[in-house]
Amino acid sequence: MKNKLILILSVFLPSLALASGGGGSALLHHYKADIELANQDSLRNGAKLFVNYCLSCHSAAFMRYKSVANDLGIDEKKAVEKMLFVADFSKKTEGEAKKIGALMTVAMRSEDAKSWFGNPPPDLSVIARSRGADWLYAYLTTFYLDASRPYGVNNAQFPNVGMPHVLWQLEGMKKGLFETIVTETTYALSKDAKGAEVKTELKVEEKHFDVNGKLKDSKLVRETKKSDVDPKNFKLEKREEKTLIGFEMVQEGQLKEVEYKKAANDLVNFLVYLGEPHKLERQKIGVVVIFFLLILFVFAYLLKREYWKDVH
Amino acid sequence: MIKLLQALLGWVDDRFPLTKMWKEHLSEYYAPKNFNFWYFFGSLALLVLVLQIVTGIFLTMNYKPDAALAFATVEGNIMRDVSWGWLLRYMHSTGSSAFFIVVYLHMYRGLMYGSFKKPRELLWIFGMVIYVALMAEAFLGYLLPWGNMSYWGAQVIVNLFSAVPYVGEDLSVWIRGDFVVDDATLNRFFAFHVVAVPLILLGLVVAHILALHEVGSNNPDGVEIKKKKGADGKPLDGIPFHPYYTVKDIVGVVVFLILFAAVIFFMPEFNGLFLEHDNFVPANPLSTPEHIKPLWYFTPYYAILRAIPPMFDSQFPGVVAMGAAIVVLFFLPWIDRHPVKSIRYREPLYTVALMLFVVTFVVLAWLGMQPALPHLSELALRFSELYFVFFVILAIYNQPRTKQYYLTWLAGLSLAIVLMDLPRYIGATIEKQILIRFSVFIPLLYLIVTLWLPAVTKWNQSKTVPDRVTT
Repeated sequence: MKNKLILILSVFLPSLALASGGGGSALLHHYKADIELANQDSLRNGAKLFVNYCLSCHSAAFMRYKSVANDLGIDEKKAVEKMLFVADFSKKTEGEAKKIGALMTVAMRSEDAKSWFGNPPPDLSVIARSRGADWLYAYLTTFYLDASRPYGVNNAQFPNVGMPHVLWQLEGMKKGLFETIVTETTYALSKDAKGAEVKTELKVEEKHFDVNGKLKDSKLVRETKKSDVDPKNFKLEKREEKTLIGFEMVQEGQLKEVEYKKAANDLVNFLVYLGEPHKLERQKIGVVVIFFLLILFVFAYLLKREYWKDVH
Repeated sequence: MIKLLQALLGWVDDRFPLTKMWKEHLSEYYAPKNFNFWYFFGSLALLVLVLQIVTGIFLTMNYKPDAALAFATVEGNIMRDVSWGWLLRYMHSTGSSAFFIVVYLHMYRGLMYGSFKKPRELLWIFGMVIYVALMAEAFLGYLLPWGNMSYWGAQVIVNLFSAVPYVGEDLSVWIRGDFVVDDATLNRFFAFHVVAVPLILLGLVVAHILALHEVGSNNPDGVEIKKKKGADGKPLDGIPFHPYYTVKDIVGVVVFLILFAAVIFFMPEFNGLFLEHDNFVPANPLSTPEHIKPLWYFTPYYAILRAIPPMFDSQFPGVVAMGAAIVVLFFLPWIDRHPVKSIRYREPLYTVALMLFVVTFVVLAWLGMQPALPHLSELALRFSELYFVFFVILAIYNQPRTKQYYLTWLAGLSLAIVLMDLPRYIGATIEKQILIRFSVFIPLLYLIVTLWLPAVTKWNQSKTVPDRVTT
């Protein structure tokens, strides 16, 4: 009966686990972006970071500099000076200066990008609409050192991402803090009638190590007693599972932690604006439209009531 | 001035039946006076059709059906550079979902009040063809933004045709115009979406309205108002469509527009239901979205498609089941021949069966959006069974039956359900067997409710239908 219950639970529980958010480290749930599209200072700071750090590799090819300047209250002349770093290579191979009405494209050729990063960096015009603001915020704030990666860093939100930590001068560099669970499985090896190797599981043990690699806790998951196995033919298999639980700063950057978080948030704010530049306008117009319709409703209803007086 | 206009009208009337048509379809078309809330959705569907056509025309002016440009013309030009482009796009994308909401409610009204029954069979069939054309229109249009979900959705659906035995592969290549969904596919889908299917839709809508005005509208009481006419030859319970229902429908239109505007201006993505997050990534043949699903209005059928297990390594049975789920609706007038039309006077168990059908449809819609986990697929299979059994129940409810008749069908259908499970059950893993053993109670319980209850209670007795409509 008990076995049955466990089986039933094992069949139905996955859905619950999935429903509760699934995938990714529990750590990432704390990363929430604070989006304020009406905050022009934040958007301008985000735009500044964007053109300085992102736009050399990532394009925002659906957006025009002019629209950004106008929406964010940046003087067009100043915008040309401060934002248009990328030359236009579409007509002349040596390039020419872009005009304010130009699209925010990049000069990097996609074949080059592919060989440098594995994948060409995606266009960021609507990235906030596919990934969501919280995802982007977590991505920008969870780079950590990892010697096994080509650019020396890994990311908690986007494991094994091909992008280097371009904001490291601002943030500094941090290392990940991991808890480790080692699962040790002991097998008995034997050969069956046909001479093929057979593995019989004897014991499964789980060992928890804390951040400093100290053994915290060890438990026996299951053990099967078999007397007919030759003790010489044991085999131990180890499986290691690391869980990221936090970070530690190893090299300070130009910004304090709070300042960096604000900068990352400003950048995400800008990306959300970039995803849908007319969002604020849309909501403003929506209020007027619905207000108008509500008044129209009153008249429509009174008209209907007047006509229907003689229907019984 | 007025004299001049009257002369002009006379001139036109001598050459074209303008006044005649006005009278026939509006000012002297007598509609029952007891229409309720559910009767708004026909005129609302017409409104949404017009909105889709008008916004569609303006979107076409700024859109390029080219695999290299399509995504950029939508997300770049239309959403940013074109004046009010974002509004056109959101009206169109919200409009497609609104169209299905309105049409589903319109069809549900038909089920509630028996509006498909004699003499309105052809009216129902025209409506069903409109529904199918609308599904085609929505599917074709969904490819046009050329997002990754558009791309893979089209890939999956066109691949369904390759499950057809013998000619499947050739058929799917013929539809795509290529071995994968590509520029050729985008171009032809564009042509169908903006020219061919809208033309068919408009023609069908005219046929639907002509058929309606020929037989007259049904009403919540299911009483034929044409049977009781006054001395002047006009139905006693009828009122001219214009002005009574025109002014009433204006109220409905305004309420609809308030809700419609709320979505357009404040939640156009509708939490990923109307505009999916994965569709903000350009189409990429090398990267499959984590889980491919159609938009919400197709998910009940998608759930049925996925739930039916393959036979002889072929997905064809699932495709057939999905097709059958739509085809069976065409035959509704001949499946449900109960003399009482309206749910108001039909046996209480009809209400129960209809409510369970609504639950089935909604659950299937939800399941179609979920990843195909084993227990969810099992649930989808059970609810697919309920979907089809509903029509058998309708046929059984046609007339009062003997106790034995109900119980025989209860035993027969239960047996059929269990027998269908056998091939899946034998040789399955223990988890799967437990799943099957538990979930089988869903259809069995359903059958007990719909077939055992009429055998032992009086809930299978309908009430007397009044002569005249009630208000």
